[in-house]
Amino acid sequence: MTGRRVAVIAGGVVLLALLPELRLTIPGVLPGPTSSAGSLQLLAVCLLIGALAVTYDLLFGLAGLLSFGHALFFGTGCYVFALAVERWHLPLLVAALFTLAVGSATALVVGAVSLRVRDISFAMVTLAFAQAGSLLVYRNFGGYTGGEEGLGLSGTRLPGWLVGVGNTKNLYWLALAIAVLVYAKVVWVSRTRAGRMMAAVRENDLRVQVIGVRPYVVRLMAFVASGALATMVGMGYVLVAGGANPQVTTPAFTLSLLVMVVLGGAGALWGAMLGGVLYTLLDQRLAVLASSSAITSLPAVLRVPLSQPLFLLGTLFVLVVLFLPGGLAGALRRFRHHRAAARGLAIEPAPAAAEDEARVA
Amino acid sequence: MSTVVLLTVTGLGLGGLYFLVASGLSLIYGLMRVLNFAHGAFLTLGAYVGYQAGRHVGGGASWSAFTVMLIVGTATGALLALLTELLLVRRLYERVIEQVLVTVGVGLGLVALVNGTWGADARPFPAPAWMGRTTTMLGARIPNNRLVCIAVAGAVLVGLLALLNRTHHGLIIRAGVENRTMVSALGIDVQRSFTAVFVIGGAAAGLGGVLAALYNGSVTPGMGDSLLIFAFIVVVIGGLGSISGSAVAALVVALLQQFTNYYGVSGLGDFVVVLALAGVLLVRPAGLFGRAA
Repeated sequence: MTGRRVAVIAGGVVLLALLPELRLTIPGVLPGPTSSAGSLQLLAVCLLIGALAVTYDLLFGLAGLLSFGHALFFGTGCYVFALAVERWHLPLLVAALFTLAVGSATALVVGAVSLRVRDISFAMVTLAFAQAGSLLVYRNFGGYTGGEEGLGLSGTRLPGWLVGVGNTKNLYWLALAIAVLVYAKVVWVSRTRAGRMMAAVRENDLRVQVIGVRPYVVRLMAFVASGALATMVGMGYVLVAGGANPQVTTPAFTLSLLVMVVLGGAGALWGAMLGGVLYTLLDQRLAVLASSSAITSLPAVLRVPLSQPLFLLGTLFVLVVLFLPGGLAGALRRFRHHRAAARGLAIEPAPAAAEDEARVA
Repeated sequence: MSTVVLLTVTGLGLGGLYFLVASGLSLIYGLMRVLNFAHGAFLTLGAYVGYQAGRHVGGGASWSAFTVMLIVGTATGALLALLTELLLVRRLYERVIEQVLVTVGVGLGLVALVNGTWGADARPFPAPAWMGRTTTMLGARIPNNRLVCIAVAGAVLVGLLALLNRTHHGLIIRAGVENRTMVSALGIDVQRSFTAVFVIGGAAAGLGGVLAALYNGSVTPGMGDSLLIFAFIVVVIGGLGSISGSAVAALVVALLQQFTNYYGVSGLGDFVVVLALAGVLLVRPAGLFGRAA
């Protein structure tokens, strides 16, 4: 990582950290000034979903594992944490450690079984496990999960600084801290020897075996790391959203994560982050737009598709897959590359860009 | 005894639905290595468009209306599959991940369209009065619509096996599943078989949509995706690319589900199915009828 890039990221984080004090208004994007509780809540959700997309990118972009079961670990984070705090009355830190342990153990078991098969079968098996988790939540066995209603946090078990509209600022900072931590952790993992091995099994399984490393173990490490981090993001989500809702356990939620990562650019972590933030904002704002008079007064042929955020996102997604390989991050990289080439500078292509081109060719 | 018979026949009916979805998925995957995530959306749209067309024929609750629903539903599934293959999947051959992603996008978009057009709530599905009655078999009163599901799925199974094993096209498809490169090297246009298989799969899904609506008594926007997940389980247990495997696995999964839901806790059957999947993968990663990859 170059010094300039570190400076840009650090500057961005500082700016984000100052947002609650700045009272900026971004019309059309945020419901109010950045210091308002509504905007901070939305931004906090955006950051957490962005972080979740980064954990998914560790699996999909780095290790090349197309999993449809990521919602399982996020959901575990949400529900186990909510149960630990609300039902079992564990102190916050103990509850967090316990949830992390449960999430990691689940990832280990699910990963150990599903990684016995590869590629598309792996995708289907992870989907089946996630579906089982989702059913567990919806069926509400033993009355633990609250079924369709979800599991709300009453606030009586939480420290005062995390409760109430006036403290949304603190929740926002917590979300930012989790996002930074997850991002840094994933960057760190991708730079360790294990991380290099994850990229290697993605590119060439056989060569990794020849070196004497078992690809199964490397994949399992990626799966568990990604699952554990997703569990952590889930805990933050419960605090910000004020409870666990069952939608986050559905396979459809994992599909939306996949959409985010591909929109932003698989393999580029900031791309995944950007994809997660953009998707969450679009989903939220397109729903607001759908009920606006500009849309409701249109004839049905236009009104029906335009009033469905998922239709627009699905279409956008198909277009990105067809015409924008590498997503937003890939487009930006190509743009920079062309601009540099136009200025007559012979620059070395970034390793990731070279990889992309090799894969496209 | 009568309970066992009832559960068995109901399970076979559900298995028929699973088979209709899984057979298309399995064939498409076997030949093209494409996991079609839009398959559930094909099913949902087949059910809704069939439902819409049937309501224009004598209010919908007659045999002629039901026939129209079956035909329109099947045609809708086939047409959607044809368009998806020609416009999207074909552009991305040999890029497996991108193909999956495109079908995910199509699935999301189509289901959202159904939501926007017909609303998110379940709609009662009209059927001939005979469907709601029961037939007594071995002392058990079996709802007739279960029997219809079994009969149609059985007919599709026989038809598919005849197509694959008795015709020239079927020979090419089987050869393509076996070794695609070799078939193209022999100068045979595998591309045409790809399109044909995609359309057949889509037609089976559309037909399955109308039958699923009959089985459940209603149409909902989420019906396709919930069946799709069990169809994935069926396909993996049966072995990717094997029609007989899909048929056997569909019955095993559906019966297991029915019996566990009845004799165990309601809803437990869905977990048992996932456990069965895990068990099969531990013992035979390629599925019951699949060859080791």
